[in-house]
Amino acid sequence: MTFPVLTATLLAPIIAALVIIFLPEDEPKTIKIVAALGTLAALAMSVFVFFAYDKNVGGYQFNETVQWTKDLGVQYALGVDGISLPMLLLTNLIGFTAVFASWNINTRVKEFFVLLMVLITGVMGTFLAKDLFIFFLFYEVVVIPIYIMVLIWGSSKRVTKEYAGMKLTIYLLLGSAFLLVGMVALYLKAGADTFMIPVLAQRSAALLPQNFQIIVFGLMLLGFGSLISMFPFHSWSPDGYAGAPTAVSMIHAGVLKKIGGYGLIRVGIFILPLGARFWAPVIAVLAIGNVLYAAFIALAQKDLKYVIGYSSVSHMGYVLIAMFALNVVGIDGAVAQMFAHGVMAALFFSSIGFVYEKSHTRFIPDLGGLAAQMPRLAIAFMIAGMASLGLPGTVNFVAEFTIFVGSVRVYPVLAILGIAGVIFTAVYTLRVLANVLFGPRRPEWDHLKDIRGPEMVPLVVLGFVIIAGGVLPNILMSIINSGVHTSGIAEVIKTLGQSNGGIF
Amino acid sequence: MLIEMHASFQWAWLIPAMPLLSFLIIGFITKKWPQLSSTISIVCILTSFVLAVWIDFGIFFSGVGASLVDHPFQATVHWLTFSGVHIGLTPNTFGLDFGTLIDPITGVMLFVVTLVASLVQIYSVGYMHGDKGYARYFAYQSLFAMSMLGLVLASNLLELFLFWELVGLCSYLLIGFWYFKVSAREAAKKAFITTRVGDFGLLIAILFLFNKFGTLNFVDLAKLMGPGFQNAIVFGGMSYLTLTAFLLFSGPIGKSGQFPLHVWLPDAMEGPTPVSALIHAATMVVAGVYLLARTYFLFQHASPAVLEFVGSLGTFTALFAATIAIAQNDIKRILAYSTLSQLGYMVMAMGVGTMTAGMFHLMTHAFFKALLFLGAGSVIHALHEKQDIWDMGGLWKKMRITGTTFAIAVLAISGIFPFAGFWSKDEILGTALKNGHPVIYAVGLFTAFLTAFYMTRLFVIAFMGPEKKENHPHESPWMMTLPLIILGTLSVVGGWVAIPAHGFAYYVRPWGSVYEPDPMNWTLAGISVVVGLAGMVSAYGIYNGKESDPLAAAFPRVHTVLKNKYYVDEFYAWIIKNIVDGIGKVLYWFDIYVVDGIVNGLAFLARFLGNWFRKAQTGQLQVYAIVFFFAVVALFLIITIGDGQLAALTQLGGVR
Repeated sequence: MTFPVLTATLLAPIIAALVIIFLPEDEPKTIKIVAALGTLAALAMSVFVFFAYDKNVGGYQFNETVQWTKDLGVQYALGVDGISLPMLLLTNLIGFTAVFASWNINTRVKEFFVLLMVLITGVMGTFLAKDLFIFFLFYEVVVIPIYIMVLIWGSSKRVTKEYAGMKLTIYLLLGSAFLLVGMVALYLKAGADTFMIPVLAQRSAALLPQNFQIIVFGLMLLGFGSLISMFPFHSWSPDGYAGAPTAVSMIHAGVLKKIGGYGLIRVGIFILPLGARFWAPVIAVLAIGNVLYAAFIALAQKDLKYVIGYSSVSHMGYVLIAMFALNVVGIDGAVAQMFAHGVMAALFFSSIGFVYEKSHTRFIPDLGGLAAQMPRLAIAFMIAGMASLGLPGTVNFVAEFTIFVGSVRVYPVLAILGIAGVIFTAVYTLRVLANVLFGPRRPEWDHLKDIRGPEMVPLVVLGFVIIAGGVLPNILMSIINSGVHTSGIAEVIKTLGQSNGGIF
Repeated sequence: MLIEMHASFQWAWLIPAMPLLSFLIIGFITKKWPQLSSTISIVCILTSFVLAVWIDFGIFFSGVGASLVDHPFQATVHWLTFSGVHIGLTPNTFGLDFGTLIDPITGVMLFVVTLVASLVQIYSVGYMHGDKGYARYFAYQSLFAMSMLGLVLASNLLELFLFWELVGLCSYLLIGFWYFKVSAREAAKKAFITTRVGDFGLLIAILFLFNKFGTLNFVDLAKLMGPGFQNAIVFGGMSYLTLTAFLLFSGPIGKSGQFPLHVWLPDAMEGPTPVSALIHAATMVVAGVYLLARTYFLFQHASPAVLEFVGSLGTFTALFAATIAIAQNDIKRILAYSTLSQLGYMVMAMGVGTMTAGMFHLMTHAFFKALLFLGAGSVIHALHEKQDIWDMGGLWKKMRITGTTFAIAVLAISGIFPFAGFWSKDEILGTALKNGHPVIYAVGLFTAFLTAFYMTRLFVIAFMGPEKKENHPHESPWMMTLPLIILGTLSVVGGWVAIPAHGFAYYVRPWGSVYEPDPMNWTLAGISVVVGLAGMVSAYGIYNGKESDPLAAAFPRVHTVLKNKYYVDEFYAWIIKNIVDGIGKVLYWFDIYVVDGIVNGLAFLARFLGNWFRKAQTGQLQVYAIVFFFAVVALFLIITIGDGQLAALTQLGGVR
């Protein structure tokens, strides 16, 4: 038997959490180091898996299958392919850096890091699961720590943290209720003996009639769509990020949201292609709603976290329109954008977290000229900002370009409207950079210390990934591309025969 | 056909790699040691310059050049795999390459960029001496040089776009170099956003080409657009290539400051003066013109209306900017508007069908405009940051080298024989007339008059006339004057590549075109020189010895409009403040009160219903008993009154 590397990756943070439970409360440094080691182990293993994955063979690799509930046909089945690998890597990149972004937490340190570890495991599990039931189980695991973390370590600004936490949790739970109904319907219709995603997809053409697919896809869309903050189900996201502590904002905006996109590809398009085709034009319109609507609102924001919150809603529009162009390039771009946005959003939120932690404000007009006092933090902001506006040389440009290539064929007008979004993204991003970092030096911030030591980790790790992915995009894109081709999604799309748009 | 090559060509990638190396070294290692950092930066850019000269020798003097005109040399590596999109014309390879393309156009650009960049960096050692961000400055300069040289060498449109955006980033960083100044911060932001508006169109054009042809390689695109391509009508009566060409042109409108996206360039003067010389005069802003030259085949295949539009917009910008320049008093702003005007000439040249003359003017302009800016920098340095020309005066006596080289540049930009600007400007105007654009010719000629006028105005007020007592100017150190002397020499002789047989035109022409020697039209040239001299003489007559602007007093209304740049900036500011931000605020209101209103409303409804039903669950036995009792009574009454209908229920209750 080979070493079960995926289970080990999944368990690394859990083991860290167990160790932390037995550590004394008054040893915060040790607790943080253990958490860092746990996430580092998970990160190291996912990097290994990322590079050891054979993309010429493709398909699910590093498989592990254990029979779990025989009567229901539930299997503890893990595996990764080119679509889940980038997500796995992303989760652990953000998990690892989130620990360092929380380095200065000093209230109830023990509980915080235990919950953080559980959260990271839950998110990771959704991407590793090959079984829909296990996927759902991990998804539910995520909800609990988030709620507690927002309530205890969150912050109240425009809305109270209680409101934000409640809104976030209820949205996630309501979404999962729709998912549950859809999942059960799917299970019953497709033979009622397995939850394995590839098997369900195989049976889809024979057992799932079009009307059934349209309805179930609609349910899934409500669930996954709210999770990826599809307009008009997005309003939890800016409030939620604003209320949450830095690490939760990073994980939430960085990866948790992407479970929605991942689910829409893996369950929506893969198992229910006819439903996807039915809903695609609707989603494309809503997606452009995301891009432009949220970008305009971001212009009107004065709280740093709200700007990035709305910005992330805006960026998810690109993921949606690319995905529902229903062609290979589009789905490549959607997965790449989920990865790229995740890294960028995590870097942005960690930088904002440091500003807030040191200055106790996130109100943009109160800040300014911080490049003078905190040059290293300014670099982090600049890299995140440039990635956010899709500057070439960052991985975000590669993703956005791929998205535009994929979607302009199918929805020329909508795609061009979406591309116009890059102008407004530039406007609000550059305003943030200008008003926070530049301008006259403010003496009231002279006491702020620049980031150093462990605080540098998010900048170094995430900044490196952003630029490396932009300079050598094939490292990421070839894996995603092989994933889309060999997971069976490419064939499914082909059967849909989505025509190219009028002018191409 | 086998492409002949010179041994140097395969090393072209080193040209951008050297400044990249110096950027990384300064950024990660030597930023604490300013002098070391600038030395590294200069050594690297000089290495690039030497390599560029070697390559140019290969292009122009080794006998390979003739075949290179139609068959550029390319060296590429695979960069990004892309499903369903071919690399070039080879089947079964998908994605995008990254590489270098060398032809005479590249050769000209390589020489101009590495030369001006080297001179500006040497000059900056003197100019930026003692600045707190000295090392950072040289890091940015290196990054810029890398991006610009990458842009010049790019072998496909996406690669070009990538570097195009990176030079935009460097421009942003360098305009905002003194980030603690609010004006610099705002100017940097404005430059980035304004050029991004243009890039929006450019990006769509790239997407259109990519989806249609499955490649972005310049050589392959040119081949694919040739015979056999069905250029269908797609939108509003425009064919595919016409629409794409219009969209692509929006890139140059933004980057090369054509109306109406010109507003960022004058504000860009907030950066250090050597930056203005390098980026906002000699190199980056001409990237738009270079893009037009590089993709000239697209414009040739598109409808003639596109080039007509390009030419008209260029001409308009040339005139528009020149009129504004007359009423400005800041030395750098005058030069900035003059840059806009000269960029208009280059775009005009492209529009009237002579890519050769456009590139020619690009080259000569780079020499004399870099010289003008560096000269202005020398003056500003000597006068301790004074930039208003009315605060200067009599500088020629104190600053001999700066004054003399500045005078050469003024003669060159005014198109006086035999200085560099004469040759290129004359070729643009001559071709305009020859290709049947008399209006463009006339406007171009009038703009030439205005150019001579405002440049002489600047020179007369700042360098001649009485000295100001409060000023104590002194000549700048040799590190600053040496570049002035070199550029001054080039501003004299730079145009002579057009004689005797116009070697420049032989090499720099569109792919696949036939070289037609175009003899000098000495009548037109004579008219140009006379017009230029007329502008100089009238400016001298009006401004010599004056303490304030006589034209402002004579035509106050017109002067106010010109001084305020036709209020274009105010108009944009109004749009952004009221329309863009207004929409943002309205949508935010909608989001909070409508979208969230519904969400909160649902939550409220749930709580309200819960509250209401909760009352049934008091937990008090007495209440339950009363409810039970009255329910029984109610049931009894219903059953007795509605006898028979609910007979079945009686079985349950057993009351009767």
